[in-house]
Amino acid sequence: MATVTLTIDNQKVEVEQGTTILEAAKKIGIEIPTLCYMKDINAIGACRICVVEVEGARALQAACVTPVAEGMVVKTNSELVRKSRKLTLELILSDHPQECLTCLRNTNCELQALAEAFGLKEVRFTRGAAKSATEADIDDSAPSIVRDPRKCVLCRRCVAVCEKVQGIKAIGPVNRGFETIIAPPFDQKLADVNCAMCGQCSLVCPTGAITEKDDTDKVWAALSDPNKHVVVQTAPATRVSIAEEFGMEPGSINTGKMVAALRRLGFDKVFDTDFSADLTIMEEGSELIQRITQGGTLPMITSCSPGWIKYIEHYYPDLLPHLSTCKSPQQMLGALIKTFYPKKAGIDPENIYSVSIMPCTAKKFEAERDEMNDSGYQDVDAVLTTRELARMCRNAGIDWNALPEEEYDDPLGLSTGAAVIFGATGGVMEAALRTAYELITKEELKDINFTAVRGMEGIKEATVKVGDLDVKVAVAHTLGNARKLLDLIREGKADYHFIEVMCCPGGCIGGGGQPIPTNLEVRLARIAGIYKADEQLPIRKSHENPAIKKLYEEYLKEPLGELSHKLLHTHYVPRGVYRKPEDIPESGSGH
Amino acid sequence: MTFQELEEIRSKAKKALAVRLGGEPTDEYKYHVLVCGGTGCHSSGCQDVADALEKAVEAAGLKNTVKLIQTGCMGACQLGPVVMVYPGAYHYCNVKPEDVTDIVNDHLKNDKFVERLCYRTPDGELQPTIKEMDFFKKQHKIALRNCGIIDPVSLEEYIGMDGYAALAKVLKEMSPQEVIEEVKKSGLRGRGGAGFPTGLKWQFMADQKADQKYVICNGDEGDPGAFMDNAVLTGDPYSVIEAMTICGYATGATKGYAYIRLEYPLAIKNFRKALEVCREKGLLGNNIMGTDFSFDIEIREGAGAFVCGEETALMASTEGKRGEPRPRPPFPAQSGLFGKPSNINNVETWANICPIILKGADWYASIGVGKSKGTKVFALAGKVVNTGLVEVPMGISLREVVEEIGGGIASGKKFKAAQTGGPSGGCIPADHFDTSLDYETLASLGSIVGSGGLIITDEDTCMVDLAKFYLGFTQDESCGKCTPCRIGTKRMLEILNRISRGLGREGDIELLEELAYMIKQSALCGLGQTAPNPVLSTLKYFREEYEAHIKEKTCPAGVCKIRGAKKATS
Amino acid sequence: MGAQCNCQNESNKKVEDLLAKHRGNPNSLIVVLAGIQQELGYLPKDLLIRVAEELNVPLTDVYGVATFYAAFTLRPRGRHSINLCLGTACYVKGAPEVQEAIEKELKIKAGETTEDRRFTFDVVRCLGACSIAPVMTVDGEVHPRMTPERVPEVLAKYE
Ligand SMILES: Cc1cc2nc3c(=O)[nH]c(=O)nc-3n(C[C@H](O)[C@H](O)[C@H](O)COP(=O)(O)O)c2cc1C
Ligand code: SF4
Ligand code: SF4
Ligand code: SF4
Ligand code: SF4
Ligand code: SF4
Ligand code: SF4
Ligand code: SF4
Ligand code: SF4
Ligand code: FES
Ligand code: FES
Ligand code: FES
Repeated sequence: MATVTLTIDNQKVEVEQGTTILEAAKKIGIEIPTLCYMKDINAIGACRICVVEVEGARALQAACVTPVAEGMVVKTNSELVRKSRKLTLELILSDHPQECLTCLRNTNCELQALAEAFGLKEVRFTRGAAKSATEADIDDSAPSIVRDPRKCVLCRRCVAVCEKVQGIKAIGPVNRGFETIIAPPFDQKLADVNCAMCGQCSLVCPTGAITEKDDTDKVWAALSDPNKHVVVQTAPATRVSIAEEFGMEPGSINTGKMVAALRRLGFDKVFDTDFSADLTIMEEGSELIQRITQGGTLPMITSCSPGWIKYIEHYYPDLLPHLSTCKSPQQMLGALIKTFYPKKAGIDPENIYSVSIMPCTAKKFEAERDEMNDSGYQDVDAVLTTRELARMCRNAGIDWNALPEEEYDDPLGLSTGAAVIFGATGGVMEAALRTAYELITKEELKDINFTAVRGMEGIKEATVKVGDLDVKVAVAHTLGNARKLLDLIREGKADYHFIEVMCCPGGCIGGGGQPIPTNLEVRLARIAGIYKADEQLPIRKSHENPAIKKLYEEYLKEPLGELSHKLLHTHYVPRGVYRKPEDIPESGSGH
Repeated sequence: MTFQELEEIRSKAKKALAVRLGGEPTDEYKYHVLVCGGTGCHSSGCQDVADALEKAVEAAGLKNTVKLIQTGCMGACQLGPVVMVYPGAYHYCNVKPEDVTDIVNDHLKNDKFVERLCYRTPDGELQPTIKEMDFFKKQHKIALRNCGIIDPVSLEEYIGMDGYAALAKVLKEMSPQEVIEEVKKSGLRGRGGAGFPTGLKWQFMADQKADQKYVICNGDEGDPGAFMDNAVLTGDPYSVIEAMTICGYATGATKGYAYIRLEYPLAIKNFRKALEVCREKGLLGNNIMGTDFSFDIEIREGAGAFVCGEETALMASTEGKRGEPRPRPPFPAQSGLFGKPSNINNVETWANICPIILKGADWYASIGVGKSKGTKVFALAGKVVNTGLVEVPMGISLREVVEEIGGGIASGKKFKAAQTGGPSGGCIPADHFDTSLDYETLASLGSIVGSGGLIITDEDTCMVDLAKFYLGFTQDESCGKCTPCRIGTKRMLEILNRISRGLGREGDIELLEELAYMIKQSALCGLGQTAPNPVLSTLKYFREEYEAHIKEKTCPAGVCKIRGAKKATS
Repeated sequence: MGAQCNCQNESNKKVEDLLAKHRGNPNSLIVVLAGIQQELGYLPKDLLIRVAEELNVPLTDVYGVATFYAAFTLRPRGRHSINLCLGTACYVKGAPEVQEAIEKELKIKAGETTEDRRFTFDVVRCLGACSIAPVMTVDGEVHPRMTPERVPEVLAKYE
């Protein structure tokens, strides 16, 4: 690769041709501020916060999109540059509600951080200033995420993620000029469109314009209600991310502290979604074997990611029979928490309030689905994201560093390494293979690490010899990649037996409810944490989980049995991509 | 058509056209009567005049001796509907259907021109023919060479005006590189606003290797108040088609797009018709004129967005997307339409190509001044006596254009300033009345040649109001992608609004200047980078008018409605 | 009724042909929207959804494009379309006063349609007829050199 030498702030730097000024500057320790830029996903040069002076250029140049050139002389910190950036920021703030104190992104907002760094002391354009969006534009229709266009800086990072990563583009720019806002088409609410509720947009939004829907008040209310027995479950992927909220390195494994924190918040029982992840493997593995041996619909596709489920319901309703009928681990455990558990503990299920801590915004949607009340109640009453749990801990004054390590409660707290890896892309597949292999061949698996299905590659494939059968599997993460596999299935070209699909990049460790920032480096660190946690666990195969065995003995009897069917399996709803025209409100944005 | 067929058509057509080029009739017709069908005249009712003429000529039994033609814009649109009678180039103004009787009886039957329909200067001097009319005297028509002289959609007439001679020459005797050298040598610079050397641009694209390249005609003409591109597209579409074809040959492109704004239905209609004729005659499509060169053009209609005149936005729009500009590099020549190398030129730029090829770069470069070669078409409008399209050599003085061509300020008022370059341009005050109209000089005065809008204002024009008008326009047309333009122009407009309502505050001028300067520095595309120009230049030359609005709460020109203001003069 | 139905059918057929011609081609989005706008005078919701499906473009993009360009309208227009030019030449020659007069006469603002659907009033920028400014068109018919005084009389012609 050819290289280019240029001068940035009087320092010579040699970089590869095609590098941007932004990256070149980073190489020599100069952090040019950015707002709209997002590596590999969004380089549109729109916000103009990153402008720099390039000698000989007529005007300032956006560092994030301007490639270096031989002999280029760049100033990143001149008076002109500083003034320009500051004025641009001031302009943004002139069209921004200054509500930091009541904003979910308070203290973790890129806009706020810029205002602090630039030392902005005043916004001079306020008197009689028009605003591009009003309170009426706030959209809290969806159970998962809230949009507040007033706080939007039109960086379009959300649009890029939704379009390029998820292949949906549920939201995009509407109108022109000052009136432009990011919204779903027509005056529709997010709840009414083809949004997967994955929350990836909320992860990349630099401000509070797209956030998780905060349900902490609901949970505080339940915790304060003396008549409620409040039970919580925690997803696999949360244990390797929660500590980031308290300043620790991404990927730090904080399972025990998280359990301790939940007890201190007042939860009566702390269970582990990992338990039901093991249970999922038992059910899903059995279902796969059944489909293979009895000629069911193949390839079978995993069903534990609700963002993925909503997507396939919208876009590929014809392929719904390919989905495993298994509920997600959250909903399996939810159903048990209101059936098996109260029976065993002698509590009226009516008084149980079931909370789950998830890396995921789509889980909030999932919990509210009509199908998810097989216990006779809504199986999961409230879903909190990792971010919300952290918020509650801060609210309660919990000193994370001082927390001890504690254990989950019985009987739904014991789990295996196979369950932990559910949190990373390929994990469900690996867990399933570990179990399926041994259940089918009745032999012990020698190397339980299926590394072919690990890692950040978009689509991974493997063929595994299980007895006489060559089991062909594929793993996809992000909906954009899932779509490729689905198109193959539609064309009859997918000769896989089993496919794992996770909606979010990297799997749940990169879920829409995870700590911000969640970027590639952070994802990789969390994945490493996940596999480390797997290795540290004494039992690493789901079917060897003694608590699961006991559950079948005591209650469920057998995988795919009658009770399993009632409590642990579900069905899906074809939705269609768009609503019928008559259901769409008259648009207000006509000219 | 083959090269030989082309020449056969030409020699026949030339005979028919001789009379319109100042000679005596050499075809079977004694008179050629041209009715302007340009947009301006169309709007003032030329169709009725044309119909009436046809009937009257027929009734008078002159069908075989009088040739009736509808042309594109003749230039003096304000005097429309215009009818010209050849030989002699008599220029009849404001012709109404009832006037045709006189034209037929006096002129066509008795060879006596109709004096009352002829042009008179404000001081009453009669100027019956084009040769005598001040409006045309100083003009030099290259881009508009055919406009108003030929039937726009008649390929024969176009060929008669040396149409397709340039393409034939290029295909027969020039290598692609020779074509590019010729254009480079001519010194032609883009007429779309930025003034980038055209030959150099072609070279960039020619140097790219790609399986597909595109040639694009920018016919978006968004500058409100400029309509030369409209005149060319409507009045001489073949000249653009031929030039695009030549560029295709020179740069290795086989496909062209003509992006024409929706507000120009006549231009779209004529251009479309011309494309059909060319395809039929083998001047577009596969194996043009029997060579192995192939090229075709597709029309894309705009959908009402000024920003789509910006080249990257235009390409996005052509791809069916929101017309939002994107950062350059990559430049269109590297990655343009559909990600392929593309060359985009303005309509007027295209209209200059064929004469350059035919008459040579040296001839072209001999016209104009300094680095501004050739001619420029200006859309003269505002408070002058004669408005319309004027094509003048670069370097002509503003005074000549206003006083001699434009006939001075209407109703005897005083010249105040000229706004050049439309919403991206600036104003030239009376102090600089003798300035030379060329790229460098205008830039040094804080304005631009731009697309050629030339609005003349007089003492009744409020410069704050004019700046507000332009900024209101660009603010309204901002695509909204980048912060400085989306919010910055809005805030500037808010400040201007309060100033013009008498609510301006101490410090507002400084705030405006700060915003203006920073938006120019930091906006993503040319729209934002030039949007503050009208404000900056009016501030530069008419700061006291701003101050009067703010400090004395009065509009010196009496335009702005300020409650409780002192009665303004005039 | 009958006549109306026919023309409706003809429009529908044209729209169907347009969709069929551009099926699966996202680049044709604006071409197709312009065709519908021309045929029906506005962009109905159901057709925008059809366009999204047929051209294989996200509805968000269809809507984003429809709301970006001034030529597209999402609501049915009045029987008559008034376009007043507010380009520079027209502005300088008094178009703003004409606008005021129209708005007063019709009791609507630019961009709106009268209650009785008689008129839709829009402002445009330069019709290329600057020499006869200020220019107003009604259903494409040009009214040059407009003045506020002439507004009522000109509009009275259109039922
Ligand atoms: C906001 C904006 C609007 C423009 N509008 C036009 C236009 O209407 N017509 C045009 O030819 N060029 C327009 N341009 C310039 C084009 O981007 C481009 O430079 C030009 O078409 C190149 O052709 P030329 O080199 O022949 O001038 C515009 C530029 C900007 C920034
Ligand atoms: S988005 Fe950021 S800047 Fe805006 S109110 Fe929230 S915290 Fe403050
Ligand atoms: S940062 Fe300033 S404004 Fe915010 S709470 Fe503290 S004192 Fe108040
Ligand atoms: S939640 Fe996911 S699908 Fe919905 S808008 Fe955000 S990124 Fe798109
Ligand atoms: S919602 Fe957030 S991510 Fe999306 S454009 Fe606005 S600020 Fe950017
Ligand atoms: S992978 Fe996602 S759905 Fe599965 S258990 Fe983990 S959080 Fe739940
Ligand atoms: S991948 Fe995990 S975090 Fe993302 S939607 Fe699925 S379950 Fe939720
Ligand atoms: S030039 Fe005059 S006569 Fe000819 S079409 Fe135009 S208006 Fe009519
Ligand atoms: S300068 Fe204006 S028109 Fe250009 S990209 Fe920015 S917002 Fe859009
Ligand atoms: S970060 Fe470079 S323009 Fe926004
Ligand atoms: S349109 Fe007829 S003279 Fe310009
Ligand atoms: S400005 Fe009104 S027609 Fe050109």
